Amino acid sequence: MKEFFQRLVSDKVGLIGFIGILLVIIVAVLAPVIAPYSPDRMFTEHTLEGPSSQFLFGTDELGRDIFSRTVYGAQVSLQVGLIAVGIGATAGLIFGLISGYFQGKVDQVIMRVMDVFFAFPDILLALTIVAVLGPSLTNTMIAIGIVFTPVFTRLVRSAVMSVKENEYLTSAVAIGVQPVKIITRHITPNIMAPFIVQITLALSGAILTEAALSFLGLGVQPPDPSWGVMLNASRTYMEFAPWTILFPVSAIVLTILCFNLLGDSLRDLLDPKLKQ
Amino acid sequence: MYAYILRRLLMLIPVLFGVSVVIFFTLRIIPGDVAATILGTDATPEALAQLRKDFGLDLPIYEQYLQWMGGVMTGDFGESMRTGKEILPDISSRFAITFELTMLSAFISWIIAIPLGIIAGIKRNSKTDFGVRVVSLLGVSIPNFALATVLILVLALFFSYSPPVGYVGFFEDPITNLQILFLPALVLGTSMAGAVTRMTRSSILEILRLDFIRTIRAKGAKERVVIFQHALRNAMIPILTIIGMQIGVLLGGTVIIEQIFSLPGLGQLVLTGINQRDFTVVQGSVLFIAFVFVMINLIVDILYSYLDPRITYK
Repeated sequence: MKEFFQRLVSDKVGLIGFIGILLVIIVAVLAPVIAPYSPDRMFTEHTLEGPSSQFLFGTDELGRDIFSRTVYGAQVSLQVGLIAVGIGATAGLIFGLISGYFQGKVDQVIMRVMDVFFAFPDILLALTIVAVLGPSLTNTMIAIGIVFTPVFTRLVRSAVMSVKENEYLTSAVAIGVQPVKIITRHITPNIMAPFIVQITLALSGAILTEAALSFLGLGVQPPDPSWGVMLNASRTYMEFAPWTILFPVSAIVLTILCFNLLGDSLRDLLDPKLKQ
Repeated sequence: MYAYILRRLLMLIPVLFGVSVVIFFTLRIIPGDVAATILGTDATPEALAQLRKDFGLDLPIYEQYLQWMGGVMTGDFGESMRTGKEILPDISSRFAITFELTMLSAFISWIIAIPLGIIAGIKRNSKTDFGVRVVSLLGVSIPNFALATVLILVLALFFSYSPPVGYVGFFEDPITNLQILFLPALVLGTSMAGAVTRMTRSSILEILRLDFIRTIRAKGAKERVVIFQHALRNAMIPILTIIGMQIGVLLGGTVIIEQIFSLPGLGQLVLTGINQRDFTVVQGSVLFIAFVFVMINLIVDILYSYLDPRITYK
């Protein structure tokens, strides 16, 4: 573990990503302290004003401070990312462990169901689920969680199947260790490396999908300050108030970039082929 | 090989059956009365009953499903709950637009990504390599809707240009058609190019390390021959995998891009269907897109064996 962190720190690209994510987390947690105004407060005499000392990133069409909304937007993005990926990763871990460990008919059933979900482009599946559940923050997280479940299931299943071949597991089975104990104590810790890499990459995917759904008006609903919502609203005014679009776009791109940098770096660090 | 293709085609049947079940029953979970949602609160009980009867909503749910699937099997996707028009002609005409957009985007991404990936791979750790890696990572990290919006803004602010509205078919007027599709395809293509560049670079790097490349070089082959005839062909498998996956992503991406550029494609049909709660349209178009998606994956799998004769299918 110590060696892993040393290598992570020595990989500058991964470190930049890690620091960037840390900054986004700090901004999200300290949003009430960092943001000068409430994200919903309307300064009706200052609509569509450019950046100034009073409004660092300018104001939107309702006179709301874009800086405050961007800062609070980090909360929404991280919340969606963590909860949606949490749902997908937990469900995927359970299904993947069962599928990979027991194989046979259970595996067949689980994997055929996952194949069905793989037959939809991600965004389309998320759209359909949100359409059914109704657009809201909670439903967006559920939809993204469902969309990510098959990827995690397939990944965990194949990792379990390769770990299962090891002799120490055959021995554990031979001396009569309970399957639950084998799965939790012996298999799960050994499949964590690819699982963690996938979580990092899925986080950026979840943030992106939330922004896309909100942009289409089917995710987080106004007046909640999601970056996707801000971007969608600014499309009408962007030609004469470019700052309304510039900051939410930068926030989305930089956050996703940081997650991708860290994900890439972790993948390289944890790949035994590249280790040699 | 033919046996493999046939088996894969047969395997598609349960997957597509599952897809149809998922779409149909998911759309029926929606709380409330679909007829009331469509006709509004002022509708008379007679009008509501008539609409339910017209669309078979008064039947038990499994009968509704069987009726729908029976229709789909014979090429009848049903009628729109809003307009009463047949859905299939609308789906096929709109699919032509989405398909053209997807292929054009894929083409743009290949002409950007594959040469860049090769150059970065050959000139590993050089400034060019670093530049390509940064640009491709940015490409992966910029959502296509953000890129589209910024592009429209930049063109409007600095070149006083706004993208043409409406759609003209390729065979009616190819130049106008390409003018309309170029910007959306460029946006989708660049967002896909990032992933393809990265995959091309890493597969070229992996192949160039192998013994057979050293042997070919030792035999005095020109570098051009080494790269294009040997390295690239072997590197194509992972590149093709990512291209196959990305075409699926592109199909999904068209939903957003068609909305931004007001293109009347299949994605826009799904979105309008969702917004208008026109579920016959949504289930028909989503089933159609899923079908195309799995077919693309199958074609990619078959292409593998063509590119790499070592892969044999049993």
